[in-house]
Amino acid sequence: MATARTTTSPREVAAGSSGPMVRIENVHKRFGALEVLKGVNLDVQSGEVVCIIGPSGSGKTTLLRCINFLETYDEGRIYVDNELVGYAERNGRLVPAREKEIARIRAETAMVFQQFNLFPHMTALRNVAFGPVKVRGVPKEQAEQRARELLARVGLAEKADAYPGQLSGGQQQRVAIARALAMEPKVMLFDEVTSALDPELVGEVLAVMQDLAASHGVTMIVVTHEMMFAREAADRVVFMDGGVVVEHGPPDQVIGAPRSERLRTFLRRFTTA
Amino acid sequence: MQTVIDNFGLLMRGLAVTLQLSALIIVIGTTIGVFGGLGLLYGPAIVRAILRGYVDIVRGTPLLVIIFLIFYGLPALNVDISGFGAAVIAFSLFAGAHVSEIIRGAVAAVPKGQTDAAKALGLTFWPRIGSIILPQALPIILPPWVNTAVEMVKGSSLVVLVSVSDLMFATVKVAERTGDPMPLYITAAAIYIVVNLAISRFGVWLERRISYGVPV
Repeated sequence: MATARTTTSPREVAAGSSGPMVRIENVHKRFGALEVLKGVNLDVQSGEVVCIIGPSGSGKTTLLRCINFLETYDEGRIYVDNELVGYAERNGRLVPAREKEIARIRAETAMVFQQFNLFPHMTALRNVAFGPVKVRGVPKEQAEQRARELLARVGLAEKADAYPGQLSGGQQQRVAIARALAMEPKVMLFDEVTSALDPELVGEVLAVMQDLAASHGVTMIVVTHEMMFAREAADRVVFMDGGVVVEHGPPDQVIGAPRSERLRTFLRRFTTA
Repeated sequence: MQTVIDNFGLLMRGLAVTLQLSALIIVIGTTIGVFGGLGLLYGPAIVRAILRGYVDIVRGTPLLVIIFLIFYGLPALNVDISGFGAAVIAFSLFAGAHVSEIIRGAVAAVPKGQTDAAKALGLTFWPRIGSIILPQALPIILPPWVNTAVEMVKGSSLVVLVSVSDLMFATVKVAERTGDPMPLYITAAAIYIVVNLAISRFGVWLERRISYGVPV
């Protein structure tokens, strides 16, 4: 499913109209002298599930964090639903966007983290209801009712009143997914969400994500080392190495019949494991 | 012992001044400390540099020197100030510097992932600080903050040197007049201990209250 590039400049298109849900154009990112993203291009369509794979240090997590501007980028442009992320364009030059603008786009791009990052001073229920109440102004009762539904969806209805410290890693991560879903985001970003889990807890989290992917209700960009998940759940797999996208395409093609030597070398580690 | 009973009213009036002074210092000092601590972490470079200078200079200066600097310094600049006013300013600056450092350290100790998660939800700076970061920093802030509060109550006895009629002042005056210092100073010590124990207990109670789901 290669994505066709439109000739219309996304800037001329109003938010919410057609065009890719996420558009990444020639993005560069440097940490001091180290260039971790060296011109990344990627379009993700609305409802699409994209898995990004690649060796550590390939820039995949950095790219993900650029999409919701947890990292700034030095060159190029990122659009979410046709809105430029993190910058405003004035006279052809990019200037930093106002804090409120950045926050507004972030609210549309929920993120699930490797270390869960649940708020430890709030119960599972409050963790999930907090964003809608605080950011979206949803009435508390309504948000909590929705939070209960979402906790039920990730199989944790009975843990609503538990604090994160009382939950297993897998349970915490499922609460974190519910927290992200509660924002009803346009895009969900998953940053190696099973990497910090004990092996026996990985399955329960992947099952929730698989269920989510199958529903195609939300655009998902998933940085992962779980090849089985990528193969089964992704519409498209993107292989990054050395700060660029090396290959992308349907999972059968990218994982099943890799073209580049770099990808073959990378995949070999998983088949022998 | 009779001297203590005879002059108990005077001592209590002194205690009232001590409590009033201490409460003002703690409230103003904590307010300075919250903004100072956050400024040290999140402020622009110039703000950080100014705050760093303030904190380091004040923390490196004896409290009494600061009190005298304000008490004798401001009138020299044609600013009229009472001993009580000078004491409030000096102590608040002193407490503010210490609390700034306490808040800075505690906020910095909250894992960075918490800020990431709060940002990712779309929270702007102040809601992020108020709802996510400070509540988690609070358990770290509390013990040294209680310590500082206790130090301030004890330190407030220094105002006797700028003629503020606090508990210490009342004790000194009565002791001089009656020539019977021992029972008076023992009583003063006991009153200071009771006040500070109350603050410590309050701190412990607060710590329990804010420990979430994790047994202390």
